[in-house]
Amino acid sequence: MEFIIPLFIGITVMFGFIRKVPVFTAFAEGAAKGLITLYKIMPTLIALIIAVNMLKVSGAMDYLCTLLSPIAEMIGFPKEIIPMVLLRPVSGSGSTALLTQIYSDCGPDSFAGRVASVLCASTETTFYAVTVYFGSTGVKKIRHTLWVALLADLTAAVMAVVTVRIFFSI
Amino acid sequence: MRIIIDIVESGGKMLSFVWGGIILISVIFAGFSQNFAELSQGVLDGAGDAVSLIITLAGIICLWSGIMEIGERCGFTALISKALSPVLSRLFSGISRESKAYKYISMNVSANLLGLGNAATPFGLSAMKELNTLNNNSSVASNEMVLFVVMNTASLQLVPTMIGSLRQSYGSTSPFDVLPCIWISSLCALLVGVLLACVFNGTKSRENL
Repeated sequence: MEFIIPLFIGITVMFGFIRKVPVFTAFAEGAAKGLITLYKIMPTLIALIIAVNMLKVSGAMDYLCTLLSPIAEMIGFPKEIIPMVLLRPVSGSGSTALLTQIYSDCGPDSFAGRVASVLCASTETTFYAVTVYFGSTGVKKIRHTLWVALLADLTAAVMAVVTVRIFFSI
Repeated sequence: MRIIIDIVESGGKMLSFVWGGIILISVIFAGFSQNFAELSQGVLDGAGDAVSLIITLAGIICLWSGIMEIGERCGFTALISKALSPVLSRLFSGISRESKAYKYISMNVSANLLGLGNAATPFGLSAMKELNTLNNNSSVASNEMVLFVVMNTASLQLVPTMIGSLRQSYGSTSPFDVLPCIWISSLCALLVGVLLACVFNGTKSRENL
């Protein structure tokens, strides 16, 4: 799968040439948009990384993980993932902070690192999406939206563990 | 990409609660286990770590936003939305395929699939506005609205560039080896979401009859 990034970039640039898009200008403008996004999320990201780091060094994270590990073990989850499952639908910055924490503690190629990657990539910040989309309309009763979305998130969490176990035969 | 785009958080009460809660729990816990020295070091380290993560992310984000901008101008979104129309027109059979709402929905879903988070959200908001009009600006969400938002809370993406890049920068030997896992689990989540939304939509509309 090492070829995927170069291939993806190559195909995009090639299409750019075919469609006569000024590729360099487009890239630079896109990069500028990206930096603006990053600038906007920086305070949130810093705030949540500090909080997650505090949770870890205080020993509270370990305690929480150990406390929840019987449940985690029962359903075959690595215990490092539990905080992630809880935080993912609420906060994108928070789960990025947890993700990098797991990467530096267990390594990105560890079982926990892989499951965390799959979990992060296959779910969305559910509460945020529901708030933003319904917030833009005058809808007060969202009916079953939130429950269904959260059940989908749970499915992703279970499938993250299952697929990583199957594909990496752990 | 989307994991980063969507973290421009709404600043709602929920996050204040979560953030404040984490900090309070940490301080109280450190009090019980008497490791204030470590905690005070940890706070400062966390702030430093945050900045180095942001620097790592800055490069990755620039790279992918730049590439995605090229893709967007090539009309990738329109291409994918054509390919998706057999599925989408069945899911949203309640609205006409010529309507603005359908067009925005299809563009939003396609942009999401390509990981064009920047493009997907404006399409999504326009779609909700149109759906709201079709719903006579009622205060109760329509079936289509529920389904559409549920689809947006799932995150099916062809090439999850952000996760791959992050894994690589943390020293993964093969950052994209989790790709099949990501496809399968996000597809399952999307299917469960769509299926449940349709089932509940069905029972609800029968109640109304």
